[in-house]
Amino acid sequence: MATSTTIEFRGLTKSFGSVHAVSDLSFTVEPGQVTGFLGPNGAGKTTTLRMLLGLVRPTSGTATFGGVAYRDLASPFETVGTALEASSFHPGRSARGHLAVYAAAAGIRKSRIDEALRLVGLETFADRRVGGYSLGMRQRLGLAFALLGDPRVLVLDEPVNGLDPEGIRWIRTFMREMASQGRTVLVSSHLLSEVQQSVDRLVIISRGRLMYEGTLAGLDTGSRVVVDAPDRDALEAALVQAGADVHVAGGALTVAGLSSAEVGAIAHRADVPLSQLAAENNRLEAAFLEIVGDTGLGGEAERA
Amino acid sequence: MNTLRAIGAEALKLTSTRLWWVLALVMFIYVGFTSGLIGLLFGGLGEALGETGQTPAIPDEMLPPIVYSIATSIGYVFPVILGALATTSEVRHQTLTPTFLATPKRGAVLAGKIVALGGFGALFGVIALIASIGLGAAMLAIGGFDLGLADSDNWALAGRAVIAMALWAIIGVGLGALIPSQVAAIVVVVAFTQFVEPILRTAASVWEWAGEVGRFLPGAASDALVGASFYGAIGMGTATPLEWWQGGLVLLGIALLTTVVGYFTTWRRDVT
Repeated sequence: MATSTTIEFRGLTKSFGSVHAVSDLSFTVEPGQVTGFLGPNGAGKTTTLRMLLGLVRPTSGTATFGGVAYRDLASPFETVGTALEASSFHPGRSARGHLAVYAAAAGIRKSRIDEALRLVGLETFADRRVGGYSLGMRQRLGLAFALLGDPRVLVLDEPVNGLDPEGIRWIRTFMREMASQGRTVLVSSHLLSEVQQSVDRLVIISRGRLMYEGTLAGLDTGSRVVVDAPDRDALEAALVQAGADVHVAGGALTVAGLSSAEVGAIAHRADVPLSQLAAENNRLEAAFLEIVGDTGLGGEAERA
Repeated sequence: MNTLRAIGAEALKLTSTRLWWVLALVMFIYVGFTSGLIGLLFGGLGEALGETGQTPAIPDEMLPPIVYSIATSIGYVFPVILGALATTSEVRHQTLTPTFLATPKRGAVLAGKIVALGGFGALFGVIALIASIGLGAAMLAIGGFDLGLADSDNWALAGRAVIAMALWAIIGVGLGALIPSQVAAIVVVVAFTQFVEPILRTAASVWEWAGEVGRFLPGAASDALVGASFYGAIGMGTATPLEWWQGGLVLLGIALLTTVVGYFTTWRRDVT
């Protein structure tokens, strides 16, 4: 059974008419590691994951769990847990009802419903209708859905989207823990900075093609600081005033030319509490940008 | 195994939201009100006409089955809507993704829906009959009519009405699979059942050849299966209706056709 926890993409291709969403993609995702699946928005990440899960039919090629296609798995939920970006709920159904429906469909015992709700910290909201949930709560419910079958493989599509800083930290710890238990974790993101603290390996695609597969360290090093605060504008103003080179990269600010201690000191003097402060590989980011091309990080904009 | 689990999951989908009992409640009120009204009007009217020495429009013993069958002749649109919403809400709320993740064999999902909705359609049939027999009989009793409740024919009619409602719910599932857009599906259901078919059945009563074709309209087939109809009673449809089992087969055929075509056209599409 050990092989079925290895995800294998072999020559995976998907064309929508004349548009090649995914072209001849081949790579392997090993158990016991967190593998980041990166690429700018529209690179074909979601289409690739949906082909892996049997939701989208590939034009050619295969995506399997140790050679077994998703639809042929004996017990899909016990093999693979999935949280997709457009993970979707009937607004009139409670979280518990939502999980009960799919546990019944997949043959998962009922006691797992409460366990999964507890694991993601939703147990107190379990009987509330999902229509009233915040985006962060929906993300947690999506994760509870993924955990229903106590799966050996986790496929998470942009799980950080919509989470507050506490939630982001929680999910990073969660992914590391899953991998340390020998599970396979494949997590997609359009931002390297979002996942680089938690991934062991990287797969980078752009315009549907494989651009990089290897370790994080395999991309070059250099220093930069990723920092964020609940009051991001105040933080940015303080840093700019201190003469720092500040960029806004999606979920956080990146500061070049200062150490993390210096950034922390500036924030402290300006009395701005931080939610995130980490040294980042400058050339890692640069390498990522170079790999995905100029159209890369859609959200990247210079504001200084 | 897959299909058995899918049936359970589809039933849970229905019971875990409010839609089914809201629809059932509206149907109960609508069918109960109409049955009571028809029972009162036709019963009273028949009596009044009898007093004036004219032939009653409807023979007395025909009245109970006509009133009781209002459960289906008027109420059939509710299981269709339930079935259509069960399929189209999956598309609208993008729940096809978790559904197909839990049951990757899509045919099993559709089979589960058919069985679960068939069951709920039958339940709707029972609820509609409680309304039509309950209020209808009460009104007929006021008019002093024989209620026919000891007549096994009327209970056989009730049984066939339950089957008809189950088939209508499955037709709804098929329509939803065929027309995944929720708004479009509901517009088609309401327009066809409330407007197009009544007009066609009226037209069919004018010309003999049209009547031959009109017998196969879904509503006419449903009335034939049940064995009595308000429409038939007020003279809509001059051609001899189909046998009850023929009507049942026509409904079953429509249910199978919509479901199979829906499966091959939209159900197997990429879920993005």
